[in-house]
Parts: sequence; C-alpha cells; structure tokens
Amino acid sequence: MSQHTISPEISFTAEHTGGTKRIWKIFWLLSVITLMELGLGLAIYTIHKGENPNPMLVLFFKGVVCILTLAKAYYIVSVFMHLGDEVRNMIMTIVVPLCLFIWFIIAFLWDGNSWKNMRNTNGGSKPATEEVAPAAKEQGAKG
Amino acid sequence: MSTTAIPAGTKWWSGGKSPFNASYGKVMMWYFLMSDAFTFGAFLISYGTIRFSVNHWADPNHVFNAFPFAGHANLPLAFVSLMTFILIFSSVTMVLAVHEGHNMNRKGVEKYMILTIFGGLAFLSCQAWEWTHLITGDHMVLVNGHIEHWGTTVSNNPWGPEVPHDIIEKMGITLHGHETVATPGPIAFGGYFFGITGFHGFHVFSGVIINTVMLIKTRLGHFDQRGHYEMIEKAGLYWHFVDLVWVFVFLCFYLI
Repeated sequence: MSQHTISPEISFTAEHTGGTKRIWKIFWLLSVITLMELGLGLAIYTIHKGENPNPMLVLFFKGVVCILTLAKAYYIVSVFMHLGDEVRNMIMTIVVPLCLFIWFIIAFLWDGNSWKNMRNTNGGSKPATEEVAPAAKEQGAKG
Repeated sequence: MSTTAIPAGTKWWSGGKSPFNASYGKVMMWYFLMSDAFTFGAFLISYGTIRFSVNHWADPNHVFNAFPFAGHANLPLAFVSLMTFILIFSSVTMVLAVHEGHNMNRKGVEKYMILTIFGGLAFLSCQAWEWTHLITGDHMVLVNGHIEHWGTTVSNNPWGPEVPHDIIEKMGITLHGHETVATPGPIAFGGYFFGITGFHGFHVFSGVIINTVMLIKTRLGHFDQRGHYEMIEKAGLYWHFVDLVWVFVFLCFYLI
C-alpha cells in the first residue's frame, strides 16, 4: 500500500517490506570490511618499515584489499542503490557494459608495466640508476 | 528486499511497458552514473598506468599520515579512514531517507536528508583540510645539490626516494629527529591526486547541492502532492555513486 504509482511504465512495484534492518546490517558489513582494509593497509606499512620487505607478501595483501573493495562496491550497488531489487533486464543493462573495465584495467596496466621495462633497459630510454644523488640532480634540472 | 513475484514468461520487450520495469528518469540516472563510472575509471586507470611505468612512487602511508590538531604525530591512514566512515554513514542516512520516502513519511525524509547533507559537508571540510595540509606542507628536497622546502602541488612532488643520511651529512646539514631529505618524485603524483580527489570532491559538492534542493522540495510538500518520492530515490542513486567512487579512490590512492 505504501508504494504509490510512479509511472505507467512500471509493471511490478517491489514492496520494500524489509524495514531498515537490512540497511543497518549492510552498514555494519561495510564498516567491518573497511576496518579489515585498514588492518591490511597498516600491515603493508609495517612490512615496508621492516628490514626485509617481502614484495610477494605486500602484493598478496594488496590483492586482498582489492577484492575487499570489490565486495564493498557490490554491497553498495546491490543494496544501497537497490540494483539487486530491480528486474534482470535492468541489472544487465548496467552491469554488462561495465565489464569493459576488465579489459581496460588489464590493457593499460600491462602497457604501464612495459613502459617501465623500456625505461630500465638500454633498448629503452635509459638504464635504471641506483645512485640517488645524481638522479636527484638530473630530475631537479629537468623540473 | 523486493518480494513481488514477477510472473514467469512476462514479455518485457513486447511494448507497452518499460522492459527495465523502471521510470524513464531512473533509467537515465543509471545510464548517467554508468558514463560517470567510465570517466572516473579512465582517470584511475590512467593513474595506474603512470604509477606502473615509474620506478618509484610515493608511499601513501608517508604522504597521508597527518590528523588535525595532532601536530606531527605519525598517524598513517587515520584521517582518510575518518573521511571514509563519514561517507559510508551519509550513504546509510541517504538510503534511510529513500526508505522513509517509500513509506510517504515526510518528516522522516526531512530528518535523514538533513543528516546526509551534514555528512557531505563534513566530508568536504575534511578534504579541504587535507588539501591545505598537503599544499602548505614543508618537506626538504634535494634539488641541484641544495635543499629546497616543498609542499605537495601539481608541479612539486617532495615524495621521491630518500637521500641517504651520509650524503646529507657530507653536505654539512644536520637533521633533527625524524627529518629526512628526499629527491623530487614523479611530477604526476600531485596532478593525479588533486585531479581525481578534486573531481570526486566536486561530485560530493554537487551531491550536497542536489540533496539540499531535494530537502527544500520535500519541505514544500512537492513530493506529497506528486504522490511519490521517486526524486529522493534518484538523488539517492547519485549520492551512493559518490560513495562508490570514494571506495575506489580510497583503494587506489591510500591503501595500495
């Protein structure tokens, strides 16, 4: 009864009977995921501060943080934006185009990485320099 | 949770009704948000490409370790977590406003819209402080053999690799406490940081304006006259999108 007719285009009105319980549940879920991300962020910070940072462990933690972020995005879109309550056609018209991001991310990060490889080889622009002070001079002169 | 059972075999595409079971305005809001997602996505992916292509990038735990009124205390991630929680909370009050709108409860919508606007303003204030802190910061940078004091701007990045202490001592400079001297970092850092967080902040700002307009319209009883609160839903979609973008900005700039 609470849902009034919004437009004749809508054939089936969803009844929002769940109350606010579900909203608060998702709020706590998002908060817990954010706290987990912070924990991992601080773990990465501690690893970097340590004597021998383990690059694989850092990469692993960063990967976990990315997955947690995707989970947060899913809950925001599905519950807060109510996309999960829409009909399948509506969900697909939004989600399918966004799948282009999978390719965008792979292609561009790949490109960035190959750029870095060229930067660090003689075939590229210049070899990597380990000495800090001359590099500073060079960059300072450029800037 | 929607409980409406949709009869199997409903012919969505036979005309006479929306195949998306949504009003024109709401579908268009979703398409706008999708295009905006591509804009933000392009920015963030471009940032990722540049970050992948250089040998050194600023460590966010060093750059973003300040907190208002905490002096020089080293508090990595603390302030940005506060900003994140402010935005998540304002997203919750927004979805509660939409919920009250479904129940045609004008007072409830007004209450939660005010809380949402307040959350947005709190976030913007935090961002203003953070930007001010970064731009007016004072970091020692070794440029052309002498020390300069740099803030983080679109043309200066004082977060390059650290200069070893013995080199500094040879230059006859004594460092106090935790002081370090860095070399200039990749110039792109400031541009990407201020560009992307600025574009996001602009979205928050326009979201606050939209929510204020919605609050005024609710007060004036426009939605009661119309018989539904769908405008609150559409403003809510925009506001949640702003929160959604922040989740990714938070990931790309502060966490990894």
